[in-house]
Formats: sequence, C-alpha cells, structure tokens
Amino acid sequence: MKVSKFWFCVFVLPILLAFLSVVIIPMFMGIYYSFTDWNGIGNTPNWVGISNYIEIIQTDHGFRESFVFTAKFAFVSVIMINLIGFGLALLVTGSSRLNNILRSVFFMPNLIGGLILGFVWQFIFTKAFDSIGSSIGLSFLEGWLSTTSTGFWGLVILMSWQMSGYMMIIYIAALQSIPESLKEAAKIDGASAFERLKNITIPLVAPAFTVGLFLTLSNSFKLFDQNLALTNGGPANSTQMLALNIYKTAFTFTRFGLAQAKAVIFLVAVAAISLTQIYYSKKREVEM
Amino acid sequence: MENSGIKRIALSIMSSLLAILFLSPLYIVLTNSFKTQKGIFINVTSLPFGEYFNPENYVEAFSQLSFIRSFFNSLTITVSSTVLIIIFASMAAWMLVRTKNKLSTFLFFLFAASMLIPFQSVMLPLIRIMGKLNLLNPTGLVFMYLGFGSSLSIILYHGFIKNIPKELEEAATIDGCNKFQVFWLIIFPLLKPITVTVSILNAMWIWNDFLLPQLVINKSQWHTIPLKMFFFFGQFSKKWHLALAGLVIAMIPIVIFYFFAQKHIVKGVTEGSIK
Repeated sequence: MKVSKFWFCVFVLPILLAFLSVVIIPMFMGIYYSFTDWNGIGNTPNWVGISNYIEIIQTDHGFRESFVFTAKFAFVSVIMINLIGFGLALLVTGSSRLNNILRSVFFMPNLIGGLILGFVWQFIFTKAFDSIGSSIGLSFLEGWLSTTSTGFWGLVILMSWQMSGYMMIIYIAALQSIPESLKEAAKIDGASAFERLKNITIPLVAPAFTVGLFLTLSNSFKLFDQNLALTNGGPANSTQMLALNIYKTAFTFTRFGLAQAKAVIFLVAVAAISLTQIYYSKKREVEM
Repeated sequence: MENSGIKRIALSIMSSLLAILFLSPLYIVLTNSFKTQKGIFINVTSLPFGEYFNPENYVEAFSQLSFIRSFFNSLTITVSSTVLIIIFASMAAWMLVRTKNKLSTFLFFLFAASMLIPFQSVMLPLIRIMGKLNLLNPTGLVFMYLGFGSSLSIILYHGFIKNIPKELEEAATIDGCNKFQVFWLIIFPLLKPITVTVSILNAMWIWNDFLLPQLVINKSQWHTIPLKMFFFFGQFSKKWHLALAGLVIAMIPIVIFYFFAQKHIVKGVTEGSIK
C-alpha cells in the first residue's frame, strides 16, 4: 500500500503542483482580490467588501457596454462561422484531389495566431478596402474600423475567416460518418437533394452542431488577441470586448481589484456557457 | 448522368472561387509587402513591379524583428513546454486511470472542470505569485505552460489510456518491473497516436500565444515572435511596407509547418475539439 502511494505521488505530483499554482490557487486568490482595493501587482490589497461589484453595476458603464458588445458579437459570429463552416463542409466533403487542396486552404487561417491575423486584417480593412472602394466607387468600403459598426463587422469577418475552416473540419468528420447507403436509399425513394439534406444529413450531423456552436460561442466570448490587434477597442472603446476591458482596467488604469471583480463576473459567464454546452451534449447523447 | 457531371463542375468552380476569396487577404498582404510606402499608398491592388518594387522591406523587417533570435526564443519555449507537458501529463493520466479511489476521481474532475476557467480570471493573481517566486522569466513561463496545458492533455491521455488492456502491464509487473519502467517501456510507446495529437495542440497554442508571454517576459532578449510582432507593429503601424513584410516573415514558419504536418494537424485539431 505504501509503495503504491509513493508511485502515485511520483506520477501525479509534478503536474499537479504546476496546475495548482498556476490555475487553482490564483483563481481563489482572484476571488479574494475582487473584494479589495488592490492597485498594483506588488501592492498590498485592503479589504473593501463588495464595493468593486457595486461600482461595476452602478457606475462602470464601460463594462456593461463591453458585455453587450461581446454578447452581440458572439451571437452574430457564432451564426456566421457555423453557417459558413457547414456550407464549406458540404462543398468539399468528397475525397477528390481538388477537395483536399481546398480543405487545406480553408483550414489554414486557423493556424496563424490571432494577433498576427488582427494586424493582417487591419491592413485589409483600412488600406485595401479604402483603395478598392475609391477606385470602383463603392463608398461603403471606405473608412472601415473608424466607426463602431464597421469595427463590429470587421471583427465578425476576421473571426469567420479564421474559424469557419475549423468548423468545416468538424462538420466534414460528421458528414463522413453518415452511411452512404442511407442517402442512396432515400434517393431511390425519390427524395430530392434538399429533402435529403433536411431529413437525413442535418439530423445526423446535429451532435456536431452542438460541439460547433458552443466551441465558437466560448471562443468568441473570450476573444482577446484579435480584438487588441484589429481595433484595440476603438473608436472610443466602443468595440472593446470583455477580455480587453479587464486587461485595460488592470494595466491602463492600474485598478487591479476592480479588474479582478470583472474577471470573476467573466468567469461566471464563461462557465455558465460551457456548462450549458455540456448539459446539452450529454442530454443528446442519452437520447441517441 | 450528364446533369450530375455539370453539377459537379459547377460546384468545383464555386468552391475554388471561394478558396481564392479566402486567400485574397494573404495575397494582398504578400504583394504589398514588396512595395515602397508610396507604392502602397498609390495602389493596393497592383502587382509589386516597376518603380515601387522594394524587397529591402524584408531586410529591414527581418533585423527589426531580430527574427533569428525571436524565432529561437519561440522554438525553445514551445518545444520545452510541450515536452514537459507530454511527460508529466501522460504519467499523471496513466496513474489516474489505473488508481481507482476517490482521490484520483476527484483530481481528474478538478483537471476537467478547470477547462471552464478563462485566462483573464487568473492572470492578475498569477503574475503576483510568480513575481514573488522570482519566476517572471522564460523558466517560469515554461512552468506556467505546464500548468495551463495540463487539463486538456490529461483529458486526452485519460480517454486513450482507458482503452488499453491492463493485462500487458500486469505481466511486466510480475516480471519485476517497477511502475516507472512499466510506464516508460511498455505504456508510453503505445500512446504514440495521442501523443502526436497532444503535442500538436499544445505546440500550436504556445507558439501563437501572446498575452501570457507579454505579462511574464519583460526582457526584450527573450521576446517570442508574437511579442516582438506586437512591439514592432506599434512602432511601424504608420509604415505599412515594413509592417507587412514583418507579418509575412512571422507567418512563414507556421505555413511551412502546416505544409509538412498537415494530416497530423487536422487530425489533432478534430480530436481536441470533440473531447
């Protein structure tokens, strides 16, 4: 018995120590700090009760606006990413040589870091759009990222471009698991292509939709790098998402206690989204 | 029959056009990165030939990014973190699968549940702790990646090890091997497919990660590529010809890696998402 305890420690302890000191302990400390006036990494925090939370609810309109902006962004980009991803999957499921190449192309943006992609698209929106817009006379292409709505759609386009290839891969895996015989049988029975899509493909791909929807939802909700690189929250903080708002509260305004209170609210929101996902996927697995 | 042939060609053309649309932002960045600043200002869509052709952008960007240095910084940090994650996550996962008691169930649950915690909600206390431990340096960064990478890696290994029959290791134990030998000589080689997946997922995340290194590394000699890119861009955001060349240089290693390991990457990403 003693021997097995020894080996248990040898195998589990190293990574457990790293995990506890990097994730679990900071999380609990963070909850404590959210009730303090902590105002600089090295400074001693003093207990102030729930005043940070009261400030967030009553006077910090920036945080509320960030929350609304993030929710809107997440809603629109989840729909866009999954629609495009599923559309692409339908287009390139077959295993021809061309399809293999196309799949690699659609998936590629996913591998490049969000920061670099944000800068790439900053050029596209501000310089390329301007130049193309003025040369062919489409005025809506000019002045992108200088208003809230073009900033919003800029972020949506960037994220759709980056993530729909990822969703495509997930949907292709699901599409390929549908038995060919099922589709053949429906074809022989006279079902049209649209009827087959609606009555066979989509129901059988439904579990992958749950994965795809929540993966994109939590990714969009937690977005940071792209937001920082593309708009940096501008103009006038109107495109600042939650993660960036927390970051700036801490490092621009050195209000660590307030930032930490926001981070706790952020944690609750993200955890709620992910738990809903787990609940739905488990429920569906039981039904299947 | 003829009808479906036409349909197939139409679909191929449509998806190829979409692929061109997908690549166009990168194409625009690439062509403009070879132009002078004036060339970009005059026409973004033209090809970079003639009087505005200026490949020197790359020389300048390459040295401003201290690219060799930042490349090797990124590589060192990514490889050492990934190797440590592989070693310790696989060991822990095996022990957690093979030990059936409340503690191991609880620990596995803890690792899995922590996937819900977003980075922003732990970063401030984390920097405080690490500052006190004198770990705001590359060594500390690798240690932090081990902690942040543990959850997903243990979950993936756990799922894989569950399906390995126990008889194999029992035979080895009877032959007198200790747990350490059993794991490294018998079990670990069997984990190769999932090890590839875990390596790719962690390496891609760590290579592209920006915020954690930004908070941890303050000496510019240790800047990784994303970090260097951030400061470089801040400095040259009005000089697009240099910024674009820098962006292209920063993307090259990933594109090359994708070219060679594409199959593994796609498989790894799919498996990682489904868990």
